[in-house]
Parts: sequence; structure tokens; C-alpha cells
Amino acid sequence: MIRPDAELLLDIQDLHASVEDKPILKGVNLQVRAGEVHAVMGRNGSGKSTLSKVLAGHPAYRVTGGTVRYRGQDLFELEPEERARLGVFLGFQYPVEIPGVSNLEFLRVSTNARREKQGEEELDTFAFEDHVHDKLKVVQMDPAFLERSVNEGFSGGEKKRNEILQMALLEPVVAILDETDSGLDIDALRIVAGGVNQLATEDNATLLITHYQRLLDEITPDYVHVMAAGRILRTGGRELALELEQTGYDWVDQELAAQGAA
Amino acid sequence: MASSVLAPVQERGRAALEQLGLPNRRQEPWRLTDLKRLEAVSALPASSSPLPTSLPASLKGVTRMVINGFDDPLAGQVLPEGITALNAEELEQALGHTLDRCGCAQVWPVEFNHAKAQQILALRVRGRVGPLELVLAAGAGLNATRVLLLVEEKAELELMQVLLAEGASAHSHLLEVHLGQEAQLRHGVLATADGASSLMAHLAVEQEPRSSYSLTSVVQGWNLGRLEPRVVQVDGQAQTVLKGLAVTGADQQLATHTAVRFDGPEGELDQLQKCLAGGRSHAIFNGAINVPRDAQRTNAAQLSRNLLLSDRARVDTKPELEIVADDVRCAHGATVSQLQDDELFYLQSRGIAAAEATALLLRGACQEVIAQLPAAAQVWRPLERVMESLAS
Ligand SMILES: Nc1ncnc2c1ncn2[C@@H]1O[C@H](COP(=O)(O)OP(=O)(O)OP(=O)(O)O)[C@@H](O)[C@H]1O
Ligand SMILES: [Mg+2]
Repeated sequence: MIRPDAELLLDIQDLHASVEDKPILKGVNLQVRAGEVHAVMGRNGSGKSTLSKVLAGHPAYRVTGGTVRYRGQDLFELEPEERARLGVFLGFQYPVEIPGVSNLEFLRVSTNARREKQGEEELDTFAFEDHVHDKLKVVQMDPAFLERSVNEGFSGGEKKRNEILQMALLEPVVAILDETDSGLDIDALRIVAGGVNQLATEDNATLLITHYQRLLDEITPDYVHVMAAGRILRTGGRELALELEQTGYDWVDQELAAQGAA
Repeated sequence: MASSVLAPVQERGRAALEQLGLPNRRQEPWRLTDLKRLEAVSALPASSSPLPTSLPASLKGVTRMVINGFDDPLAGQVLPEGITALNAEELEQALGHTLDRCGCAQVWPVEFNHAKAQQILALRVRGRVGPLELVLAAGAGLNATRVLLLVEEKAELELMQVLLAEGASAHSHLLEVHLGQEAQLRHGVLATADGASSLMAHLAVEQEPRSSYSLTSVVQGWNLGRLEPRVVQVDGQAQTVLKGLAVTGADQQLATHTAVRFDGPEGELDQLQKCLAGGRSHAIFNGAINVPRDAQRTNAAQLSRNLLLSDRARVDTKPELEIVADDVRCAHGATVSQLQDDELFYLQSRGIAAAEATALLLRGACQEVIAQLPAAAQVWRPLERVMESLAS
């Protein structure tokens, strides 16, 4: 839902970032207001995950230029955990397996870290069990997954559901979902998309990184952006995604070549 | 108890020590050892006082025996049903049998214990026996202790051994276990100290066919530590599980030398050794597996996983596979790594502060082994002990 007067949650200006001294992001501009759903598409390797990790604060990525303001605050002044507590959420393209750490314990510690920041009371083990069982319904996940180590031995689709479960628990302000749809079967895609829709309100925003229209059939984006070579090359409405289904990304090369020549 | 039986053993031990001298770095098993510390251990006078710190109450249903090397551990002790003490004659017959079978003669920590131990606790186990806890603890000085267990055919025992030390003291411990056919021993070892004491523990285990032996060891906080589990499957066809966690900090040195030999076909081994090394410490793992020609269809897996918690810590890990039989499955692997950035970042991205994320990951790494300790270990709070030592 686009409301020009809604709060500007995320303001990315001319963002440049490198990994191992190799420039990946080369001038990203993007504004996200409360209530909006943005889709970010683009070829493999165009920099989508890099953008998401830079926003979340992964130490391997170095910001070399530009600014990002999150609700008016300089995002890069905040440690990754502080960003999360303030409501920035990254659903990982490849969720990490952590052997020996119980999923339930992990979810509880993380939920309480966010709650504390929001001025809510800490949930003890028992209160949290009730809380998490409510949230399990959002993604129709089997409680048995709580007893296992974080993501260890989870199938691809189970890992993605676990990501959305975390999103449901953390109630983020800006959720960046990096290919949460890949690896999901048709039913799971509906369930996950339904979960994301349930969690969307007029006070928060979602950034969906995806390759496929089928996710956007379930979650209607207000904006669709196409990333190429570390920048946002084109922005449109939901029709841009439909157009991409038809044309593919051939036009990207022409446009990049034209810009390079200019 | 039975010191008359031990007298000739002591004499032999002293003679062996004289002949062997202190180990030196040209000897492979001692190549990496800080020999100055070993020398200091060998010079300690025998301990003659109990550990000053009081012990936590044992878990309900667990029989505890405290061994300090000078008091008679059987005095006033009610043994659980199914456990009896060996008489002198039985002891004479059994003593050293397993050591011979495991090839422990001339092994320095064994001979050292022979020379120093003044008494031995020797028990026979029949049938299914309630859990037993042996606490080895004494005050300053050398605490030389020796235990012999005969676990009879089809008997089952859960044994928790706790080795404690404080300050200028050391343990020399020697355990011999004979497992009869179809016998089962679930064995936990928690050896924990405050960084000043030293440990030399040799565990020799002899397994008859269809017996099962599972050792979970958690060793932490020794200035100089050495744990030597040796298992022989005398006719193969037995199951051995070894899970070890070695945690070092400051300038500690801890070596785990395991040796498993299959003297018959169709034996199984499942081994995991983990080392967490912080500070300027040095953790060593040497894992020998011996599969001679007649040990066909042996199935063994050994994994050594090591975590370096500081730039100055060091881990040396070495499998030593000697496989002659041809129809054998023997998998082994070793990794040395640091805490993974991706794991830390994942936790941080969920609002968990870096320090807490690190602690969670370390707990997870330790828990994989600690969770396997027998229930009796609970009262010793093994995970908390290890985590506290990692935090300091
Ligand atoms: N940690 C890293 N080390 C080295 N190169 C990296 C690293 N992370 C990203 N890159 C490189 O940066 C470029 C952009 O990668 P990124 O993962 O952001 O692409 P993407 O748009 O998410 O692609 P996909 O659609 O395949 O997920 C790629 O060329 C990739 O190889
Ligand atoms: Mg990606």
C-alpha cells in the first residue's frame, strides 16, 4: 500500500560496497516507506544478496560509499544485533546450520532481545513455549522442529519456514526476505506467502528478493526493482515483473551498454 | 586395601621408571609434551590430606565412593547390589591382565602409577547394577589411584568418574576394565581443575565379543593433562564408542592419546574427539586405530573436530591408522577451525549480542559431548564448569 505521507523507514542513497576489495554494489538508491511491499529482482550475481547482507551488517562486506538511514538513524553506526533489535530483519537465502544450539533456545533468546528493545517483558521458558506455539501456526510448522538444533538437517523448505517463524516472532519493521520462495513446494509457497501477508501491516514494510512471478502472485508488490551490476537499473509497478516473465533480462545488457557508452 | 598384592607391582614400577627415565621429545608419544611440567609432577610428594573443597551431593540413586589414595575407599561403604570387592587371591589373578592385553607395559604413565599407587579398588560387577560414581580427589601433592573393574558376562554398569584437583597437585590414575561377553559399560569421565594441577590418566579396557563400551570424557583446566584411553576388542565383534571433549585455556597443555585395537573381526568403533583451545594453550589429539589382518569387516569411524578460540592457541591432531585387513570400513576426518563468521552473524542478525552469540556457539560445541555423560554427572554441572573456564 503506497501512502506518500507514510514514514520513510529505509532510505538508501548511492550505496557502494565491496567484498574482499571487489566492488559489488555500485550506487544503489532505494526508499521504502511504511506499508509498502517492494520486490527486488535481477540476474544471478547482480548484487541482491549483497545488498541484503550489507543492510543487516555482515562483517565480510565493506561499505565504501553512500548512506543508509533507517527511520532517520545512520544504519551503519549500529551493530548487526542492534539493527535486529530495532526491527531490521533478514530472511537468509541460505539459513545457517548451528549444531548443538537448540532451535527453541535460540528463538527465545532472540525474541527476548527484540522484546527488551520494544519495552516488552522478557518471556521465560514457559511463557515462550505458548508464544512460539501461536506463531508456529503462521507457518504451519511442526513443533518437533523446536527441539532440534538450529536448521541442522532441515530440508531447504523447512529452513525457509524457520526463517518466517523467526520473522513472526521478531515482528520486524523492515523485513528483507532473500529468496524465501526458492526451494519451496507449491503448498509451502502458499503457506509462507500467507505468513508474510499476515505479518504485513501499514506500519512495516517488506523487501522481497525473488526470481519468480509465482511469489508475486501471492504477495502483491507495490514496487518492482530490477538490479543489475550492483545498481537498481529500473523500477516499476507489479507489471514490470510480469513483463520480465516475457522478456527475460536481455534488455539489461543493452541498457548497461548504453549507459556505459554515455 | 590389598597392599601386599601391590608391593611387587610397585617394585616393578620403580624399576621400570629407573630404566625408562623421564620421557623425552624424541619419543613420538611425548614429542609435543612440555617435559618440564612432567618433571614437576614426578617430583611431587604423595598427597596425605583430603580435598579442602566440599563435594556436591550425589544424584539420587547413585552410589558414590571417594578415593584419595590413602584412606580405604571401602571403609564404611555399602556397595550396591551386584558389586563385590575382589579378595586378595582374585585380585592377584586379575591384576595387570588387561594392561598386558592392551600393551601397556613400559608406558610411562602406567609404570609411574605402578610405582606410586599404594592401594587399589578392585570390584566385580554382576547383573544389572545401579549407577556408580567414583570421585577421585585429594589435597596438595600427588594423588595416585588405581581401580580395577571386572564386569562379568551380561552385566551392565553405568560408571561416572570424577577427577578433581586444586593448586599444586597432580593425579596419576590407572583404570583397568575387563568386559565379559555381552557386558555393557557406560563410562563417563569428568576431569576438571583450576589450571594449576596436572593429570595423567590411563584407562585400559578389554572387551570380549558382543560387549559394549562407551566412554564420554570431558577434560578441562589442567596445567599439564594427559588422558590415555586404550581399548582392545580381544576377539572383535564388540562395540566401542569414544566421545571426548578437551578444553584448554591460559597456557595449559592437554593431550588425549586414544588407541583402539581390533583383535578379531566385525568390531565397531564410533569416535568423536573435540578440542576447544583458547589463550596460549595447546591441545593435542592422537588417535590410533589398529586393524590387523584377522579383523575383517571392522567398521570404524573417527572424527576430530577442533576449535581455536584465540590466535595464540594451538591444536595438533593426528589420526594413526594401521589397517592390514582388506575388508574394512574406516572413516576418519579432522578439522581445525575458528568460530564461523556466518554462524555468529546469523545469531547477531537475530538480535543476539556478539558475546552471547559466541557463548551460545561454544555451549553448542561442548554440549555435543557433555550431553552424553551419564546422569550422575549433572550434580557436577559440567557444562557450566566448561563455560566458566572459557569465559575467564
Ligand atoms: N563473500 C563473498 N566473497 C566473494 N564474492 C562474493 C561474496 N559475496 C558475494 N560475492 C560476489 O558478489 C556478486 C553478487 O553476489 P550476490 O550474492 O549479491 O548476488 P545475487 O544477486 O544475490 O545472486 P543470486 O540471484 O544468485 O542469489 C557475485 O559475483 C558474487 O560472487
Ligand atoms: Mg542471492
